Amino acid sequence: MAADSKMKIALVGKPNSGKSSLFNRLTGLNQKIGNFPGVTVDKRTGYCQLEGGISSEIIDLPGTYSLYPRTLDEKVVAEVFADDRGSFYPEKVVLVADATNLKNCFLLLTQLIDLGLPTILALNMVDLAAKSGQSINIKNLEKELDLPVVMINARNGMGIDQLRLLLSRPLKPSRKLIYQPELEIKPLVDQIKKKFNLQADYRAYQFLQQAENLVFLPEQERHYIRTLAKENNFFSHKYQGAETVKRYGFIQDLLNKVVIRSSNEGWKKVSYGIDKVLTHKVWGYVIFFVALFLIFQSIFAWAQIPMDFIDRTFARLSSQLDDFFPEGPFFELLSHGIIPGIGGIVIFIPQIAILFAFISVFEETGYMSRVVFLMDKIMRKFGLNGKSVVPLMSGWACAIPAIMATRTIENWKDRLITIFVTPFMSCSARLPVFTILVALIIPDTKIFGFFNYQGLVLMGLYLLGFLAAILSAFAMKLIIKARERSYLIMEMPTYKMPKWSNVGFQIIEKTKAFVFEAGKIILAISIILYVLSSYGPADVMNAAKETVRKEVAAQHLSEEQIQNRIASYKLENSYAGRLGKTLEPLIKPLGYDWKIGIALVTSFAAREVFVGTIATIYSIGSTDDQATIKERLKSEVDPDTGKPRYTLAVGLSLLVFYTFAMQCMSTLAVVKRETKSWRWPLLQLAYMSTLAYFSALVVYQVLK
Amino acid sequence: MSPGETGVIAGFTDELISIKLLEMGFLPGTAVRYNFKAPLGDPICVSVSGYDVSLRLEEASTISIVN
Repeated sequence: MAADSKMKIALVGKPNSGKSSLFNRLTGLNQKIGNFPGVTVDKRTGYCQLEGGISSEIIDLPGTYSLYPRTLDEKVVAEVFADDRGSFYPEKVVLVADATNLKNCFLLLTQLIDLGLPTILALNMVDLAAKSGQSINIKNLEKELDLPVVMINARNGMGIDQLRLLLSRPLKPSRKLIYQPELEIKPLVDQIKKKFNLQADYRAYQFLQQAENLVFLPEQERHYIRTLAKENNFFSHKYQGAETVKRYGFIQDLLNKVVIRSSNEGWKKVSYGIDKVLTHKVWGYVIFFVALFLIFQSIFAWAQIPMDFIDRTFARLSSQLDDFFPEGPFFELLSHGIIPGIGGIVIFIPQIAILFAFISVFEETGYMSRVVFLMDKIMRKFGLNGKSVVPLMSGWACAIPAIMATRTIENWKDRLITIFVTPFMSCSARLPVFTILVALIIPDTKIFGFFNYQGLVLMGLYLLGFLAAILSAFAMKLIIKARERSYLIMEMPTYKMPKWSNVGFQIIEKTKAFVFEAGKIILAISIILYVLSSYGPADVMNAAKETVRKEVAAQHLSEEQIQNRIASYKLENSYAGRLGKTLEPLIKPLGYDWKIGIALVTSFAAREVFVGTIATIYSIGSTDDQATIKERLKSEVDPDTGKPRYTLAVGLSLLVFYTFAMQCMSTLAVVKRETKSWRWPLLQLAYMSTLAYFSALVVYQVLK
Repeated sequence: MSPGETGVIAGFTDELISIKLLEMGFLPGTAVRYNFKAPLGDPICVSVSGYDVSLRLEEASTISIVN
């Protein structure tokens, strides 16, 4: 019971109110990210030591304006507060309010008060409010709301100690009643209150309003509420609107009593000035594209340094283990299956971290909502939403965090289309494949002495992926029927300097999500692939050494070359190799032979495996040296024609194939989780594979 | 309305959207200022209840305004 005796404290507030900064202040590094059961929304919890030795568990709930959810994230808030016997139900709530804009922070506050939750109001950004000529009478506010109010500055830590002190003391719910359900539905409310043994009228009223979100109740009880509501003509929308108007009426009266305002709104003018440039017809887009270019540059150039380091480290670890351990299937699995598998996950961390550093800075400064503002109209033409920009951009690093980032899109159809097309954005796993093939078939020369041909082709591939994404989105827009209307009502926060520790926390969070979500699957798949490509029919595999030694006996090869030949022979005869050969008739029209077939088989679950497989097939031994792979591939001859195997046509056909194909098991798993059915990932797999196959076919047939 | 103008919200023509708008502080009787529009003319940025909100023309057109 020790773990459960911790006091549960929930942090709530609207987006951009500084909730996350406060969470980081209270918990420091002592936090973990998990999932709420049944939903995919991140649950951020952390521990905080309060005065008097009380330890508490802090839950950072997703930002929301009210208890009526619009997005998946917000739904969690409604669920947590609805279930007063649930394991996440907090004993105390801290509502973080942006003091520069109290009005729409108080909507949720008044709802919490009516639910009977013991709440502390934390006023954040009081300094900014003061600059705008607003001062707040705290004593009056406490009296009017009947709850403790504390002024904090989550950015510099002011007032945090006082908040801790308040949290350690007993806290009673406010005795205020702000909204009473309308008289005509009072009998209905009473009936529910009695049936479910509830304390507050408003809680019973919430049961009526949100029966579908009461996941903790058995289906028959939810059905009971729904039937009751229907029989009594309970129109939820009508009452919701009326409730909001009444609450704002109360809030307006309250603010008139406690806020002393002068008309100086100087600090806001700075924001408008910046907006004039950042949302300008020309400059707005220019700046956005410069920012994109900067992100690209950093993912490709800067991330290369740590990635090379990781690559070398794992290769060295693998070979050292080989020398250290005796021979045997288990140690081979460890040094050739598991270690490279982990290396294959870790290597993507630099790119993902850098990308999310940018996205986090954009969000912290308030620039991201301007990007949404700039892009919404264009994106909407293609069945997307201004908010799809973030997932699509994240897709350049990795589709997994990108697909998780679609949760902020309110509309189901917009969100689904975004999820569906995001894997077309060329992720970092495609890059090693692109690099090697481009280096192989495209001459390293410059046009006009400035643009590098190879660079242009690489850029073209990214563009191709992007075009596939938005054209597919457009097609889906016409096919899928909307469940609800699409809308975009979004706060435009004032510009702020980013708080770097928040940026850091976000990078850690997203990287963790990638490592644990994708990591498990990549690791499992790489072990399966290792087994498939190292084992085959026993007689052939056991005789491999003798067969190869006999074959090469006359060739005077070095021991290392012989070893590489054996590895290649083994792969050829393994189960994966056999599958590759079986595939040959199917991929011949694309210009591929069985060797490429094997690489396609092994990269089915994770595309980056292509390079390693190619290296083994062509008996190169290690993938360390790109130049060796390139040389070896160049000298590969097509036995039918006697000409080089990797012609321009084959190379481009492969490049197009890898641009479109869905070769990522982790992405499929995440799509399944986010859409809650196998239907969408399977459709995605079928659609992308078909597109990849036929595009590669056309490319090869036209160019050969 | 055109950018720079101010008006007062009289009511809404769409019930579903009105719930979202009410929550964001678009209340009948409140003043709204049309700040500027996105380069492609849609969405637009308005000030209401002391802060800035962006919304699409489609949503904005469900708000009745008295000047």
